[in-house]
Amino acid sequence: MSSTTKKIDTDWLTILTYFLLVGLGWLAVYAADYNHAYPNIYDLDRNYGKQMVWIGISLLAALVIQVFDTRFFTAFAYVIYGAILLLLVATLIFGAEISGSKSWIRIGPANLQASELAKFATCLGLARYLSNKKADLEIFSNQMIAGGIILIPMLLILLQGDAGSAIVFVSLILVLYREGLSGGFLALGILAIVLFISSLLVPFTYIMSTIAVLLLGALIIRKGLDFKQIALFILPLAGLVAANMYVDSLTLLIILGITGVFFLGIALFTKRLVMVLLTLTLFCSIYSKGVDYAFNNILKEHHRNRIGVVLGTIEDKRGVGYNLNQSKIAIGSGGVYGKGLLQGTQNKGDFVPEQSTDFIFCTIGEEFGFVGSCVVIGLFLFLMLRVIALAERQKSSFTRIYGYGVASIIFFHFAINMGMTIGLVPVIGIPLPFLSYGGSSLLGFTILLFILIKLDSERLLYLR
Amino acid sequence: MESLNFRRIVIQSFMVIFSCVLLGRLFFMQVMDNQYAVMAKNNAVEKRTIYPSRGLIMDRNGRLVVNNEAVYDLVMIPRQVKSLDTTKLCELLAISKQDFEDSYEKMRQSKGYSRRLPQVLFKQIPANIYAKFQEYLYQFPGFYTQVRAVRNYPYRNAAHTLGYIGEVSQQIIDKNPESYRMGDYIGISGIEKTYENQLRGEKGYKEIIVDVHNREIGSYMDGQFDKDAVGGQNLQMTIDIDLQSYAEELMQNKKGGLVAIEPATGEILALVTAPAYDPNLLTGRKRGSEMELLKRDTLKPLFNRALMAKYPPGSTFKPLMALIALEDGAIHAGFGYGCAGGYRLSASKTVGCHGHSSAYNVKEAIKHSCNAYFCQCFYLFLENRKYKDPGEGLTSWHDYLNAFGLGVDLPVDIPNALAGYVPRPDLYNRMYGENRWRSKMIISLGIGQGELGVTPLQLAHMTAVIANKGEFYFPHVVRPAKDDTASIFNQKQISSIAKRHYKTVIDGMEGVVTGGTARVAKVEGLDICGKTGTAENPHGEDHSLFIAFAPKNNPKIAVAVMVENAGFGSRYAAPISSLVIEKYLNKEISEERKFLEKKMLDADLVGHLKRYTIP
Repeated sequence: MSSTTKKIDTDWLTILTYFLLVGLGWLAVYAADYNHAYPNIYDLDRNYGKQMVWIGISLLAALVIQVFDTRFFTAFAYVIYGAILLLLVATLIFGAEISGSKSWIRIGPANLQASELAKFATCLGLARYLSNKKADLEIFSNQMIAGGIILIPMLLILLQGDAGSAIVFVSLILVLYREGLSGGFLALGILAIVLFISSLLVPFTYIMSTIAVLLLGALIIRKGLDFKQIALFILPLAGLVAANMYVDSLTLLIILGITGVFFLGIALFTKRLVMVLLTLTLFCSIYSKGVDYAFNNILKEHHRNRIGVVLGTIEDKRGVGYNLNQSKIAIGSGGVYGKGLLQGTQNKGDFVPEQSTDFIFCTIGEEFGFVGSCVVIGLFLFLMLRVIALAERQKSSFTRIYGYGVASIIFFHFAINMGMTIGLVPVIGIPLPFLSYGGSSLLGFTILLFILIKLDSERLLYLR
Repeated sequence: MESLNFRRIVIQSFMVIFSCVLLGRLFFMQVMDNQYAVMAKNNAVEKRTIYPSRGLIMDRNGRLVVNNEAVYDLVMIPRQVKSLDTTKLCELLAISKQDFEDSYEKMRQSKGYSRRLPQVLFKQIPANIYAKFQEYLYQFPGFYTQVRAVRNYPYRNAAHTLGYIGEVSQQIIDKNPESYRMGDYIGISGIEKTYENQLRGEKGYKEIIVDVHNREIGSYMDGQFDKDAVGGQNLQMTIDIDLQSYAEELMQNKKGGLVAIEPATGEILALVTAPAYDPNLLTGRKRGSEMELLKRDTLKPLFNRALMAKYPPGSTFKPLMALIALEDGAIHAGFGYGCAGGYRLSASKTVGCHGHSSAYNVKEAIKHSCNAYFCQCFYLFLENRKYKDPGEGLTSWHDYLNAFGLGVDLPVDIPNALAGYVPRPDLYNRMYGENRWRSKMIISLGIGQGELGVTPLQLAHMTAVIANKGEFYFPHVVRPAKDDTASIFNQKQISSIAKRHYKTVIDGMEGVVTGGTARVAKVEGLDICGKTGTAENPHGEDHSLFIAFAPKNNPKIAVAVMVENAGFGSRYAAPISSLVIEKYLNKEISEERKFLEKKMLDADLVGHLKRYTIP
């Protein structure tokens, strides 16, 4: 008996953090939806009453998970993954359309959002695949399969019209990185983001020139002042800069594409540094110009506006920037200690749209001030680091990979949601884990976290 | 494994660094930067103005003459208006679709237009229409009503004296930004203007918390910074509204002015200009169009003849002429002057007079209104040896008249009263050349003709001063507080003319009514003293004038009446004056004078004038 007690080691610290976050979340939902006319906190007509029910359901799910044998999760990882994919497809076919996206399925009195459940399922599937010893991420085909596991649910969710939830899956690249994917991919990702933002802010010619100058520097450092090589590097670029002035974006993209492929061929064939750098410059240019073109011609108006508001290219506090501006006012007016529970004027006056769901942090920021902000950020940071610590103490690679999946997804949600409420990132409609109002989200995150807690609790029992 | 450990650190660093970035940004927003708190207050806390109720106005007997009536402005928040049933709205508000479109366009073009803020679409919906509309208000999301007050006049009289209120102009807002804001009401004319500061009261405000739809959800900081509105002071007028109403009736269908003053106090009892209008026309929604009609009326009902029309006083000037001639030593009370049907200026020129026995003293001269006598008085006054030339004499005469309020701005509490005109030597120096005129060239001034111009108010004031034997207060329509010693209307004025001269003149004026030119004005037991006048009018029939006061001893009322184009003073002005006096002193008209009253009420002197509206 004593040996069993010793071997089942539940991490109560994580569970405590979970309860603190959920409790704080409920309080915030209560404050956001409070109305003198409905004093009963169990009132099922109000968000806080419904959220209370969802907390109960989530706790039940957490309890059920603890009853399962952990081997169930490894054995049925693919089944669960497959089942959720089917659910996503079913949502696409039978789903109810709510505010522009078809991501809800009616189950009895409630609406279920399959994409919330897809997160833990994808983590399970990915963990199952990568824990296989043969799945070496240095190998291209394995990269493709791992990428596929992530991309399939992502695409299905994208098809539902819920771009925000789809983007969340990008965060799983951190798991791949941890499991051996080259850091180059991560660097490439970051470069892509930097170029993306600068492409929308700075004229194309400047970006191209900057890249060219940087790479020219690299060339000179490696090869010295070889004028023939420098000329070889600069002349084609000068030609393109000139072309930029006379042709429209689409033509330029085509020209860039053709020259890019042409120089890629030469680079692969000759393996000369100058050609490699030239090709690199060209591909960066294609990307930059491509982003610019896509932004202006492919993205829809409201997407463009959301990005524009964060980048500061659109200053419109009444129209598109209204949400963000009101959110910042609510949070910023909280001061150090906040206005007190139920005392937030912006909160009570419904100035911030989506205040119970995506903008729940506004309520906390306004009513609990900077102190409240610190508590929320502290709890999340602690939870994420704790989850990584749990992951790292596993002998089982399955649990470790799953743990990183949990950390990545929570991190992404936390960063994007918090960032958007204070104007650091574009407004992407994804909830703040454990705090935002919404049953599917709470249930999904609870399952996500408690599977890890279950797996971790039995880390000494089995070796997977 | 070393490299994987590094990767763990990379991932952990992402989390820590991003958390720090969030914290840093939040620290800046919540702790360092104050602007969000200000913006939050602008968002959610609205300072609502509480309008004070404008002071009420009573007549001298405490009867309510001006009160406030609730009307409703229809306000819309354009952003909240989703689908609008214009037809139904117009039907409920009893307006045409065109009216709606005009108002809507006007609202959209206004300076402070915003889709998020309340905009006034219709002003001053009357209470009866509002009552019906209110039941359907829920069918018009985004529409609200706000209550305002407009003036209401239970008596339809004294429009010019009361004046009207209207929206304050930008110039005044710029000058008094603390007291007025766009859309506030201000007194524009009459005592509404003069006593604006008392009537206005003090605006209050309360700060309330509103939600995003601008609905009130509570008071801000428990209302500790709120301020109550202080209602305007009520005014007590000196006007007797019944007398005013009666006098207006007598003056109906005539052009002219009537002013009645209580001699002992300077309190104006009635102030009539004819034609008049119902003050209720200039309140409410139709004000603009009604105002246009009044402005374009050929009889100029907006023109306050009692204060602004100048007429030569004619013979009504004679009592004053006698007074100053006596005081100045030009004549004495027993001075007699033979009248041979006129006053001879030269071999060919004579100032005509009517047939009466020659006046052997001042009393008789006034009683018979002898032109020759007063021409001689004036001649003697100017040619008095104490003056070096008639110019100096005329200057002295001018000063005497000024002391009686003629030719100067009388301090009266109704705006825009005119000073009238009393000539000085410089006028004749200009007309005839320096010192190239003689007394006889300006002799008609002595009988109140020529260049003299006085208003009915001045005439009434002059009468009141004579009636009260030189002790007087300046005329006013609002009773000043008794302890307000700074008020000029509380300061007693005393004329420099000896009391005995007044007695002489008053005896003469008594004779006018008992056996002189105005026997029609005689009322048994009232001791009315008066003087008729006929102002020569080169443009048409002469103006009929009469001044009177009663009773002779301890006078209670002094009246001046001017009826345009009505001929002799005894024809209209004297009967009307006597009726007003009788009404005031006896409260009713005696049986034997009812015919006179009916004749005056029925007289229509403007019917033939083809009154029309200038397009």
